[in-house]
Amino acid sequence: MLFEAIALSDAEWQAITLSLKIAGSAVGWILVPGVAVAWLLARHDFRGKSLLDGLLHLPLVLPPVVVGYLLLLSLGRHGWLGQWLYQGFGLSLPFTWQGAAIAGGVMAFPLLVRAVRLSLEAVDPKLEAAAGTLGANRWRVLFTITLPLAIPGLLTGTVLAFARALSEFGATITFASNIPGETRTLPLALYTLIQTPGKEAAAARLCVLSIVIAMFSLMASEWLARRARQRLQERDR
Amino acid sequence: MSGNAHHSTPGETHAPAGNALECRLRKRLGTFDLDIALTVPASGVTALFGESGSGKTSLLRLIAGLDRPAGGYVRLGERTLSDTQQKIHVPIHRRQLGIVFQEARLFPHYRVRGNLTYGMSRSGRARFDDLVALLGIGHLLERLPGTLSGGEARRVAIGRALLTQPRLLLLDEPLTGLDGERKRELLHYLVRLTREIDLPVLYVSHDTAEIATIADHLALIEQGRLAAHGQLDELMMRLDLTERLGGFDAATRLNARVVDHDQAYSLTRVVLDDDQTLRIPALDQPPGTPIRLRVGVRDVALALAMPGDTSYRNGLMAVIDAIEPSTHEPSANEVRLIVGRQRLRARLTRQACDEMQLVIGKPVVALIRSVAFGSRF
Repeated sequence: MLFEAIALSDAEWQAITLSLKIAGSAVGWILVPGVAVAWLLARHDFRGKSLLDGLLHLPLVLPPVVVGYLLLLSLGRHGWLGQWLYQGFGLSLPFTWQGAAIAGGVMAFPLLVRAVRLSLEAVDPKLEAAAGTLGANRWRVLFTITLPLAIPGLLTGTVLAFARALSEFGATITFASNIPGETRTLPLALYTLIQTPGKEAAAARLCVLSIVIAMFSLMASEWLARRARQRLQERDR
Repeated sequence: MSGNAHHSTPGETHAPAGNALECRLRKRLGTFDLDIALTVPASGVTALFGESGSGKTSLLRLIAGLDRPAGGYVRLGERTLSDTQQKIHVPIHRRQLGIVFQEARLFPHYRVRGNLTYGMSRSGRARFDDLVALLGIGHLLERLPGTLSGGEARRVAIGRALLTQPRLLLLDEPLTGLDGERKRELLHYLVRLTREIDLPVLYVSHDTAEIATIADHLALIEQGRLAAHGQLDELMMRLDLTERLGGFDAATRLNARVVDHDQAYSLTRVVLDDDQTLRIPALDQPPGTPIRLRVGVRDVALALAMPGDTSYRNGLMAVIDAIEPSTHEPSANEVRLIVGRQRLRARLTRQACDEMQLVIGKPVVALIRSVAFGSRF
């Protein structure tokens, strides 16, 4: 009886797995560009750096609906980018889970870049210079010195971005709509239940689920970051 | 063990002439301009010597390619590493230079072995075991850098640089920040190493005793300019450079060869090139080993004849070569002596010089206390 009461319904499972899939994909596609942009900002000075920095932070300060609307304008079937994607590759992003992943990724991007940038800036450039004197080119320095030493921040940034994508609502509903099994993630499912009379108990369950998932990812990130730090400062037995 | 003597440089003509460094570099440094033309011989240790802020580390960074010069060039053998006119600036990772910084800069996420092999060349692999043994870091290979002492970390950094098979080794004040004992120990390793490896070494330092122990050549840098340049033995003989090269602790060096050991008194007898002998505190080198002795100018006394009852263990027949008032000490004269084919300096009170009527060409006996050889290195 108790088990049945706790066991998740199909709709709940669907919302959870869909949320994880979308948030995972969102982080997946922003990871490389995010690290690249963070590295650019952390290690280079160039014209328009502050402009790029400002643009990157826009999703943090804009209402998410605005971001969703802008995505719709550019990536919608009649948008400048969407048109090209649709005619060239038959790809249509609005109202698909991939679209939701893009919305989540865009919203999570600044958080990822911030965390990674901070940890890259904390890596001693003298170590990078030392690697250079040992014959390592820029790429080898990046992959053997800079990134490994920035791993704690990379992990934190990834988890933050994942959590942000998981909780994405405004941009997702605007750009990808609220389609069960396709784009109805946890927050959207919760929103739908709240709008439906008599579903308060179901809404409460999703609410608890959201808290559990968020707590779990926070603890996982803490644990991973601590392990990474320990590895970096390991004392010999 | 005994740091006051070490192997002398083998002949300087054996090394390939291809690795001589030639540079002319200009760069604005804060309140003055660095403007130096320098040639570093293809073998032996060349010390870049000067006070803090004189520009010696900046010069090293320009040679290394860590900074760009405002004008000038750097050539290593046939290869141009920098040339502002030809717009050449070889990136640091293609310069084939071994650089050891003041801080060891070991990679914290690699073990000692990983640090050593990071830039190891194929030919470096064959030398790995020898070099590790030479630097005494074999027992550290599986440790992480965070667990090493300052001296150990620097030895690893030196090994790491050498395993890349560099054509020139640059050492930027490698003993800075180590305490007396660690300093002595690392210097001992460095001296051994520089005698074994066959490549030019550029050694930045502001410590005359350190330089007297390790260097063959010296470039004296003041306010971004080259104040003096040449064989260290020659420069140490220049009375006008006394103030710059040690002042109170000015010294000269004698080349000698181990003859035998007196176990009972813990003394070693060494012979100079004119067959005169010296007794010094025991060394652990076998008979026949060439060594270099550092003799402080204050450790030499002069007598007109060999005194009878004296605690001085060493009396060298010498001839006065020069006498000049000391720029360092108003009561003293700086005296240069000829001992066989070598020269030796002494600092005497002007009063003693006058009373003994010392003049150029006068034969004297240079008295040196045996224990003076153990005083600093």
